[in-house]
Amino acid sequence: MIESHLPATIALIFVLFSVLIPAFGIWRSELSQPLAVLGSGLAAAFSIIGFIQYLSDGALRYYFGGWEPPVGIEFVYDGLSGFFIMVINTVAFFVFIHSHHTAKQEFPGKEMPYYALGILMLLGFNGMVLTGDLFNLYVFLEIASLSGYALIAIGDRQAPYAAFRYLIIGTAGGTLYLLGVGYLYTVTGTLNIIDMSAMLPMLYESNAVFAALILMIVGIGVKAALFPMHGWLPDSYTYTSSSSAALIAPIGTKVAAYILFRIMLWLFGIELTDAMAPVTLFVGILAAIGILYGSVMAIAQNELKRMLAYSSVSQIGYIIMGLSLANPWGFAGALLHVLNHAVMKAALFMISGQLRLREGHSDISRFDDSYRKKYPWTMAAFTVAAISMIGLPPLAGFFSKWYLVLGTIDNSNWIFLAVILISSLLNAVYFFRILEKVYMMNPAKGQKSVSDGDRNEAPASMMIPTLILSGSLIVIGFANAVIVGILLGIAPF
Amino acid sequence: MNLEFVPLLAILVSLAAVLPIMLSDRKPNLREFWTILAALIKFGLVLTLLPGAIQGNSVELHLVDLAPGLPLALKADPLGVFFAVIASGLWIFTSFYSIGYVRGAGEHKQTRYFASFAVCLSATIGIAFSANLITFILFYEMLTVATYPLVIHNEKEEAINAGRKYLAFTLTAGLLLVSASALVYHYTGTLDFTPGGLFSGVEIPDTEMLIIFILFLAAVGVKAGIMPIHGWLPAAMAAPTPVSALLHAVAVVKSGVFAVLRVVGYVFGTDVMGSYGLNDILIVLAGATIILASLIAFNQDNLKRRLAYSTVGHLSYIVLGVALITPIGITGGIMHIAAHATMKITLFFCAGAIYVNLHRTEISQLDGIARVMPWTMGAFVIGSMGLAGIPPINGFFSKWNLALGALEGDMILPVIILVVSGLLNVGYLFPIIYRAYFKKGEGLEKYGEASPLMVVPIVITAALSILFGLFPNLFFNFYDLAVDISSSLFINQVP
Amino acid sequence: MADFFMGHYAYWFTIILLCIGLYGILFKKNLIKKTIGLAILQISVVLFFVSVASKSGDVTVPVRDQANFPVEIAANYLNPLPHTLMLTAIVVGVATLGVAFTLLIAIYNRYNTLDEQELIEQFDD
Repeated sequence: MIESHLPATIALIFVLFSVLIPAFGIWRSELSQPLAVLGSGLAAAFSIIGFIQYLSDGALRYYFGGWEPPVGIEFVYDGLSGFFIMVINTVAFFVFIHSHHTAKQEFPGKEMPYYALGILMLLGFNGMVLTGDLFNLYVFLEIASLSGYALIAIGDRQAPYAAFRYLIIGTAGGTLYLLGVGYLYTVTGTLNIIDMSAMLPMLYESNAVFAALILMIVGIGVKAALFPMHGWLPDSYTYTSSSSAALIAPIGTKVAAYILFRIMLWLFGIELTDAMAPVTLFVGILAAIGILYGSVMAIAQNELKRMLAYSSVSQIGYIIMGLSLANPWGFAGALLHVLNHAVMKAALFMISGQLRLREGHSDISRFDDSYRKKYPWTMAAFTVAAISMIGLPPLAGFFSKWYLVLGTIDNSNWIFLAVILISSLLNAVYFFRILEKVYMMNPAKGQKSVSDGDRNEAPASMMIPTLILSGSLIVIGFANAVIVGILLGIAPF
Repeated sequence: MNLEFVPLLAILVSLAAVLPIMLSDRKPNLREFWTILAALIKFGLVLTLLPGAIQGNSVELHLVDLAPGLPLALKADPLGVFFAVIASGLWIFTSFYSIGYVRGAGEHKQTRYFASFAVCLSATIGIAFSANLITFILFYEMLTVATYPLVIHNEKEEAINAGRKYLAFTLTAGLLLVSASALVYHYTGTLDFTPGGLFSGVEIPDTEMLIIFILFLAAVGVKAGIMPIHGWLPAAMAAPTPVSALLHAVAVVKSGVFAVLRVVGYVFGTDVMGSYGLNDILIVLAGATIILASLIAFNQDNLKRRLAYSTVGHLSYIVLGVALITPIGITGGIMHIAAHATMKITLFFCAGAIYVNLHRTEISQLDGIARVMPWTMGAFVIGSMGLAGIPPINGFFSKWNLALGALEGDMILPVIILVVSGLLNVGYLFPIIYRAYFKKGEGLEKYGEASPLMVVPIVITAALSILFGLFPNLFFNFYDLAVDISSSLFINQVP
Repeated sequence: MADFFMGHYAYWFTIILLCIGLYGILFKKNLIKKTIGLAILQISVVLFFVSVASKSGDVTVPVRDQANFPVEIAANYLNPLPHTLMLTAIVVGVATLGVAFTLLIAIYNRYNTLDEQELIEQFDD
């Protein structure tokens, strides 16, 4: 019986824990972290079980209250949603383990709200991915966003303003999406994605449908930080606390990317998306500009978290570019990059958290080779993640680029190919700049030289998740043929 | 004995040595023991593959799939074994020499140095045994990354800039290689190296073929030092001398020319090269590089930089040989891989010995040093003569084949280039010898010969240059191997 | 032409509201005014949904009870779904405003201003 309830179970775990954490947290604040770890761990386990189930039996659909769609609301665990929630929940699990010390240091006494909000945000993300109903998706989007705004507001002095800006632009995006849903509802009379996707082809070349598509892409594009709607992202990720950044950065924009996948490839289908205007091409061009813009801006940054934030703008561009290619290789490359980038960015933001915990800053211009001596493992993990970001084999990052390159070639899209290559070089610039400092730059005069006795590695509860994530980049690299084999099976082409 | 896993073991042995090397940070003797041990085991493993290679057999091993239909696969074919024997053989000498050098010069961070060295060699052997382009890319990039710490080893401003330049060139090359491979995969559906090429039976428009070829050329040309994309090579002279020796004589640049061979012979195939006129591009570029590099070498006062430009020129000999696409020409090119390796490693070793011993790096400072370092300079003479193509050094033998190959293809220009370049080689190398032997030096009284750890490898590599010049088939049947390899590349050709 | 505008006056009304909201978000320097713009934007979409489903005259909601409330003329019933959806959307909007004002209080406590220009000047210091 449990199998058929599985999609709902995953969401209910988060509902349960978002109540349990405040309940126990008020009583004993130190209980909130283990509870969050337990909750996300359970959800991750169920997601993985669900994916195995999906591979053998096909998609799982759960009807709430027994009401069959299109009347009722359903949760759909198919290949795409399963893949995404597996990535989200697993990464969140590691981030929650990691955040124990950073949370205690950065906002002492407020751990409970952090974990409660984190779990609530995950509820939103999971709901967005699993739901089969467009309005329901909007509600989950707002749940995730509102808890996200609150999480971002925890942090530096400037954090509330960054969060406020994100709130304004994010809510506007959400509202535009809702308007798009309204258009679609008026012409089809349904909100169920599967139901609607069967009806939309009959409305070929309808202005309302086209307007709805554009409104939804723009609205979700804000959440996905698709260029030029990325303005909120760098400030938010920079000024928020390390714990929040590590939680939001790897998965927040991915979920928005998921909605774009769902809308453009499933709901509308690639033919209908391009029926009135070359929408996919246009989205791809925006993604390409975003890739280059993000990389160039990342080079100009002197603060590790800010650099990583701009790098996120660039990396989300890869995912959306892969989507816009609308061929199996591009699709596989984009989804593999969802996984890779989630793991890499989580590891990198966790490392920046470790540095902040120990050094009190993550200012690149102050890095020197004493860091290598003080934090040998942290820096080793950083090196692995950085090389993967640059895209050198056999690390995971190389392979998503390889499939994207194959995808651009299949479409004979030489400009996108060039963009991917140039951006890889720019990635190399901003990561090797740091590696060069960490491994070679002698400490500035006046600072005492560091000997091996000064090793000051972050605690094991932080080091182990970081090492697992960066180590898994090697594993993903070697196992990518299996993953891509599955992903190609999901592709709707 | 089952040979299947030998290529894999040969790659892994030096990679596995990294851990003990790192752990023996505090005990230099033990650390160097691991390096030497790994070098010897690696050479032994590669040698076990040699008999099979001489009979024309290949050993194949499929590991995991790196991408659907694209396995991580190793294949020890004759060409791969040929290259692996040279690289792993010379690693032994370089290891001994490195020990003498880094201790003599009091280099810092020796552990990182030896560890990176070991990874470099793994990558080089991996390149030699790659069965397809994706495996090749993997090891090619691994070599790039592993070489970086060596290039920037002394961590001075100059070295760091050289490191940046090196990365800029090689990472760009890596990306071009990725896109070129993706294009090949798009058109042919396979990336396996096949003698005679992948494009048989595939119709591709001229311009697209040209684009793929130029992408490949730029990708492998960086490491092969083809002008105008050779810029990193002289800059990378900031590295310690054994690094220059191994990198420029054996590992990196030879991986580059090896890649040219793989691309020309096993991806495009000799008939495609000819029918699309791609080899003409290669001949022009290689010819121009040979002449220009030799001319630039004249202007260099720094000994290592002069040798670096000499390397650029000589790499293009090999490229030229390959570009001739005649059996004898390719034989000559392959032979020159071995010949240049032994000769250039000798010269770099000499330069390093002079630096460690006398702390002199400029040619104008070398007056009269032959008197204090007779063995070193004797070896230097042999290496120089070889590069100039004077018999009986092995450089003559490979050059002879190159010239014959050009004539076989009814081409005169390459022969003229070879002759002119031989004269230019004499022109820029012999003044060094003249200074060392016939000018009177100053302030040399208190110096003697360099440490035996350095001199012995120098003498051995110099002796090998002569031995292989006199008996090309000595020990390893290199000549027969080269002939077999080059003839195997013409199987698609209608006689 | 006039029919086109007058026939869809409700839509035009929501579009004008939408534009006012966007204008407030993009061009107002005071953060409270931005928030007001956001509220107007959300309300415009709510009104759009409501106007789509509204019917004038003697109409009622459908009830799933054929015995007591038999359906006679389908045109006499309106679709209640958009209205219920908008109840949720309004709740979401209220929650958003709550979070927005919380953030504004936090900003005001730290910087003593809610003017964007003055805030940015303070960041630069």
